[in-house]
Amino acid sequence: MEGNIGDLGQYIGVGLTAFGMGFAALGVGNVAGNFLAGALRNPSAAAGQTATLFIGMAFAEALGIFSFLVALLLMFAV
Amino acid sequence: MATEATGGGLEFHPMDQFIVKPLFGAGDVHWYTPTNVTLWLALTALAAIAVLVLGTRGRAIVPNRAQSMAEMAYGLVHKMIEDISGKDGLRYFPYVMTLFMFVVFANLLGLLPLAFTVTSHIAVTGVLAMAVFLGVTAIGFIKNGSKFLDLFWVRSAPLAVRPILAVIEVISYFVRPLSLSIRLAGNMIAGHAVIKVFAGFAAIAAVAPVAILAVVGMYAFEVLVAFVQAYVFTILTCVYLKDALHPSH
Repeated sequence: MEGNIGDLGQYIGVGLTAFGMGFAALGVGNVAGNFLAGALRNPSAAAGQTATLFIGMAFAEALGIFSFLVALLLMFAV
Repeated sequence: MATEATGGGLEFHPMDQFIVKPLFGAGDVHWYTPTNVTLWLALTALAAIAVLVLGTRGRAIVPNRAQSMAEMAYGLVHKMIEDISGKDGLRYFPYVMTLFMFVVFANLLGLLPLAFTVTSHIAVTGVLAMAVFLGVTAIGFIKNGSKFLDLFWVRSAPLAVRPILAVIEVISYFVRPLSLSIRLAGNMIAGHAVIKVFAGFAAIAAVAPVAILAVVGMYAFEVLVAFVQAYVFTILTCVYLKDALHPSH
């Protein structure tokens, strides 16, 4: 085993950004779950709100993707 | 990038599929070199044209498969703009439709075996996102003049909160092209890399059946993701267009 301690820190940091994925999963699941709960209560209003569902999912997902961006920056730009 | 072989012939090169190579021979890639990106960009444009122009050529009352696909895509985008941006957003329908067809075909063609996914490169999605961002900002200022800045100065909020909201609004405005491009490219990179990693596991006989089933499952999921990401890209364009046309909250 050889290598420098800076690389070690870099790889640990990149691994830690995977937490971002988990929290984004919580966010997206929250959006989808609440949509389903609402849709089952009032199915006739559900069809009109699918666009809102996707927008909400996209925003929740974007922050998870920023963690991917941080991982890329750590790997290749630092 | 690629992991070293860890014995037993197990090798992962999940990121090799995203390398830009010259089409003819080897050598450096210059701005004029025809590469695999050039090829698949051209095929994407041709596929979109084939469905939309050749597919609707018959103008049949009972549409065939290509014509009903084209009609469904048209109807989807038309309804999306009307619902989200309002009737005056329909002026920009041709651009949004082009954007949707380009992204959806780039994503779907990228799923063909041995294909190159052009939307997995931030250079490609970045240009698409910057075009949307700059276009929408220009439309906002041309249509509303300085009233467009009301987007950042929320008049419905209490005066004390407005400066804080202004900072948040400005940041969220300028992060738009970034999130739009990274979302599409990130989803494409991640999905294709996951398929390749599962395919790598198929080299181990003991887990090969599971790995192959996983590849099939992921592939089906990626077909869905390819469509959903194109849909999300278009719908966010519509949302930004709405902000530009009607900036007051």
